[in-house]
Amino acid sequence: MKLSEKAEEILEALWIATEEEGENGAHFQTLDVGPDDEGLRELDRLAYIEVRGERVHLRQEGREEAKMTVRRHRLAERLMMDVLDIKGASGDAKACEFEHLLHQGVDTKICTLLNHPTTCPHGKPIPPGKCCLEAQARGEAGVVPLTEVNAGQKGEIAYLSVTDPKKMQKLMSLGVLPGNQLRLARTFPAYVFTVGNSEFAVDEDLAREIFVRKI
Amino acid sequence: MAAVDKGQDAPRIILVGSPNVGKSSLFNELTGTYTTVSNYPGTSVEISRGHCDIAGTRYEVLDTPGMYSLIPISEEEKVARDILLNETPHVVIHVIDARNVERMLPMTLQLVEAGLPMMLVINIMDEAERLGIQIDFPALRERLGIPVIGAATARRRGLQEIRQAIGNQDFCVGAPFSYSPDLEDDIQEISTCFQSDYRLSRRSLALLLLQKDTHIQALVGDREGELTEPLMECVKKVAFARRSDLHLHISLERKRITRNLLNGVLTQEGGRKPSMSDRLSALTMNPLTGFPFLLATLYFGLYKFVGGFGAGTVVDFLESTLFEAYLIPWLLHLGDRFLPWYWLHELMVGEYGIFTLAIRYAVAIVLPIVGTFFLAFSIIEDTGYFPRLAMLVDRIFKKIGLNGRAVIPLVLGFGCDTMATIVTRTLETVRERIIATVLLALAIPCSAQLGVILGLLSSVPGALAVWTLSMALVFLLIGFLAARLVPGEQPMFYMEIPPLRMPQLRNVITKTLTRMQWYFVEIFPLFIIASVLLWAGKLSGALAWVVKEMEPVMTMLGLPSQASAAFIFGFFRRDFGAAGLYDMQTSGLLSPVQLTVAAVTLTLFVPCVAQFLVMNKERGWKVAFGIFIFVTLLAFGVGWLLNKMLLFTGVLA
Ligand SMILES: [Zn+2]
Ligand SMILES: [Zn+2]
Repeated sequence: MKLSEKAEEILEALWIATEEEGENGAHFQTLDVGPDDEGLRELDRLAYIEVRGERVHLRQEGREEAKMTVRRHRLAERLMMDVLDIKGASGDAKACEFEHLLHQGVDTKICTLLNHPTTCPHGKPIPPGKCCLEAQARGEAGVVPLTEVNAGQKGEIAYLSVTDPKKMQKLMSLGVLPGNQLRLARTFPAYVFTVGNSEFAVDEDLAREIFVRKI
Repeated sequence: MAAVDKGQDAPRIILVGSPNVGKSSLFNELTGTYTTVSNYPGTSVEISRGHCDIAGTRYEVLDTPGMYSLIPISEEEKVARDILLNETPHVVIHVIDARNVERMLPMTLQLVEAGLPMMLVINIMDEAERLGIQIDFPALRERLGIPVIGAATARRRGLQEIRQAIGNQDFCVGAPFSYSPDLEDDIQEISTCFQSDYRLSRRSLALLLLQKDTHIQALVGDREGELTEPLMECVKKVAFARRSDLHLHISLERKRITRNLLNGVLTQEGGRKPSMSDRLSALTMNPLTGFPFLLATLYFGLYKFVGGFGAGTVVDFLESTLFEAYLIPWLLHLGDRFLPWYWLHELMVGEYGIFTLAIRYAVAIVLPIVGTFFLAFSIIEDTGYFPRLAMLVDRIFKKIGLNGRAVIPLVLGFGCDTMATIVTRTLETVRERIIATVLLALAIPCSAQLGVILGLLSSVPGALAVWTLSMALVFLLIGFLAARLVPGEQPMFYMEIPPLRMPQLRNVITKTLTRMQWYFVEIFPLFIIASVLLWAGKLSGALAWVVKEMEPVMTMLGLPSQASAAFIFGFFRRDFGAAGLYDMQTSGLLSPVQLTVAAVTLTLFVPCVAQFLVMNKERGWKVAFGIFIFVTLLAFGVGWLLNKMLLFTGVLA
């Protein structure tokens, strides 16, 4: 049973409001809907949500669907950013259009292609799908930003998503290149890691832009 | 682009390489003491130049600023590359770190590809061997097609071979390496579009253009004239056809070639136990142990050695024994005998005379303090501690709009703010440079001033604590505000952390002497100028007038009117002012509160004349004047407030 685009948008906003912001439901205004919105009625019929006055609440029955919608959106963002290299406002807009197409296993394929990412480009968590949990159980490591590697762990640099070309250039000439092995020594007060026989320190902002495949 | 003097016929040896690979120690070993440090034409980046004689031929040796690749990011790297673009070398010696051959060899490939006569020196072999790294030199020589020499220049290993190689060879140009077929096609396509002649090979230029190197674009535009447009069209076409980040692609290709070159040539035994230096290194980077370590370094390095030994023992000896007891009386005697004219007598040996004030000050007071500071600084610098300190304070520094890197100029400011203001160049953004310049002008006392102030305040219990606290508060507050008010991009921090090393005596001494020489050449004339100005002020009565005009300000701060003289002198040399206070203190003119208020205000108050001139040169007159006015107002404001607070609370009473 496939939801309409509008219904998916509402579910997504509800999930963020209740699960991530800790709100008790969301107001019509926040969701950008009226009382007799098509999407709202659709979700109500499925008993995914409950409307009380002008507030909408996410019901237990709708949680899984909402979580998966958020997951699709954030996977779409990652795809835009890391693979298709579309950034900024146009990337966000494209991701919004694209997320609705990621159904029936397409999301799994993309998730696997991206090596089961754990955060979207904005740093928000991507709810793990079945594929992620399976990969984890098999011991296959995902690609994570350096900020999610523990001190003492090793990894291989997967890619750099550094936005400033000068910094990119600097990292490359320092030997921080995809395919190189890396060992994280410290995470505080700065991220200290070794590549080859050299040690480097970077701040958290830069560490977030170095993506590592855990080994 | 200005070329370095082409008039000389001596064949040139150009040293290139990343920072921390021992380039300077090789340079020092080759050239001995015949070194000059000068600005590269049209820039403010310093390069060292010297001579060496090998087998009866005199060579000129150039040491370039550290660079990581042929594409420059900082101004220093740009200068390093400009030297390669403009000079005709006998040989370019690429110095790399034996522990990081795989990381540094890609730049060797770029240099070979550029068509330069090359020699590769793999340095720091001693430490690499300790890590279990072995290099098959004959095989590497064979594969690279250029001379390759293993060395440990800090231990004077391999120098003989390097000299021999320089003397023996006519350096031929190595054959470039092949990239993937698609990239080779691209290079081919672009190379054929060039018409002019260049120092670097067309292959190299084509690659630089593909990596969107703006300086090369400008250079090519200059040389090709009307033909630039079709060339750039061609570059754009190729870049578009690939639709990928060519920069990364090229880097990865070089990495692949490097791996092939090193296959079977370089071996490293795994499973090495962490050494003593590794463990110590970890301790310096852990905040729990790192901060006490830092405090200990400051206490023993700055307070005990510079403050106690330099500003105390050495100054006492030179000032009281040498100058006061022998030299000055003798000079006064000479003056009385041979200088009958009042004005000349005053100019030479009067109250503000060149001998009695400028030279005595420069030699007996400032030089020992600055000398011991530079010595301590060079030792700490040589151990590789500063990058660790930078990493440790990065989070705190971000709050004041700087990144950890800025710790180096700020610490250097405790030696000489003027020199430190020049070193703010190493910071990457204009914003960071301005913030660091303000903080240096405001809250960092230089060693000369610090020495006198420490001596002055230590006689009054609690005064030193109030002074330190006031300085720290102003430093943090102004930094915090600057971080919010100064526009520009936020700083980002990344730094290579070299291993901790035992400092090498020769290197430390050379560095200290070079810095002291620099100090003397640059700053000494300013002492003379200051004393001449003061002399002119005294004779014309202008000084008395300014001192008089300043009196209301002194009253506002709760200070006796004579203190205004100390503030006027403070502008000529920060420590002149502090010394003025010293005189007042010894004559019992200052209460503990007054002493503390005066010391705080004077430390915050305007940078000395030399620092002001350097600020002007580095940041432009608008920024310099802005800082000057801001700092002056703030200093008196803080002094006023502190006076009120101390009187109100009764602290120090
Ligand atoms: Zn996002
Ligand atoms: Zn997955």
